[in-house]
Amino acid sequence: MVNDFLKIIQGEILEEEVKISLSQLCRLSNLPAESILEMMEYGVIEPYQHSTEKWLFKGDSVYRLRCAQRLKKDLHVNTAGAALALDLLQEMKQMRMRLRRLEEQLK
Amino acid sequence: MEFKDYYQIMGINRDASQGEIKRAYRKLARKYHPDVSKEADAELRFKELGEAYEVLKDPEKRAAYNQLGKNWKAGQEFDPPPEWDQGFEFHGGGFTGADAEQFSDFFESLFGHGGFSHGATDGFQQQFDARGQDTHAKILISLDDAFHGATRAISIKHTELDQNGQPRLKERTLNVHIPKGVRQGQHIRLAKQGAKGLGNVEAGDLFLEIEFQAHPFYQVEGKNIFLKCPLAPWEAMLGAMVKLPTPTGKIDLKIPPNSSNGQKLRLKGRGIPAREPGDLYAVLEIALPQANDEKTRQAYLDMKQKFNFNPRATLGV
Repeated sequence: MVNDFLKIIQGEILEEEVKISLSQLCRLSNLPAESILEMMEYGVIEPYQHSTEKWLFKGDSVYRLRCAQRLKKDLHVNTAGAALALDLLQEMKQMRMRLRRLEEQLK
Repeated sequence: MEFKDYYQIMGINRDASQGEIKRAYRKLARKYHPDVSKEADAELRFKELGEAYEVLKDPEKRAAYNQLGKNWKAGQEFDPPPEWDQGFEFHGGGFTGADAEQFSDFFESLFGHGGFSHGATDGFQQQFDARGQDTHAKILISLDDAFHGATRAISIKHTELDQNGQPRLKERTLNVHIPKGVRQGQHIRLAKQGAKGLGNVEAGDLFLEIEFQAHPFYQVEGKNIFLKCPLAPWEAMLGAMVKLPTPTGKIDLKIPPNSSNGQKLRLKGRGIPAREPGDLYAVLEIALPQANDEKTRQAYLDMKQKFNFNPRATLGV
């Protein structure tokens, strides 16, 4: 494992501004295209444009797909339920961040 | 090896019905699911719960487990009695995609490891023939790292299957370059740094979730940064140039006259760097000097006489 100490691994940020294709998304999320399109139908992920032949997705779709997949498997929610949970989780995350900031400012 | 009290883990009595067990599992699974839970030890609790449920939901395994007797306490040193499972026939079916590799030594000593066939579920765990499992971890970085990028050594514990298919706990250290401009809650993907595939198959990816260390005076929200800017009353009322720190160096900030408490001054583009960088907000906070000698008390008295000021006017008093 000596090599690991010398080698610097370059990471890529999966942020909203990154655009990824359907085939890249399949590879990154380990899901077949049919599942991804189903997740898209239910709003787990959103493509940049709905009408084009070539789908492009936001970088954070990878996290949303993987999380939805785990929620479906572990909690037996359906795809619509997973999409709802993801949206609510996202909102809670933002609210917690804001709350923490406001609490810090009141100190 | 420690004894595990599966009833205690699930918060149920030993005589709970199969229906109660199922309901307790569903409730706790929602509470401790690592994607949903805010409990610090959620991942561990969720794994324990999965293991407890794997035993208690199956009447065969539950009966065998009950046979160990109720005198065992959780955490007590435990060795299975010889031939403890004699006379029990395990069918091994109904394995609901739970991750058997994650189960404890205690579980393994009782029910074995390879004895269960995986059901035909579509979870990640079943894809042995494809690439290795994707793994995820959290990484704590400073605001400074997000501004400039940084190289961090992170150590990750993970289980790996050896040639015989047995799980082994391994720890390894990775030197990871944190790209400039990452934000709280974002994920960084490290290609092929996840779990190794079996044989010559490609390894999975490692996903790192970014978390910021608390900073003594900057607060971060998304790509914006907030900074409290204390002002003397005369600076706020008369206007002033004040020095202020920012993550990229000190700046001079112009305070307009008649500024009020809590007002935000936006410094465009001085937030976390990105194609469209965030902003820095100076939140004004008026600090009052203490009157603790004759001269300063006199200054406040002068103010009292010169201002016709009722701070409670809006309260109607």
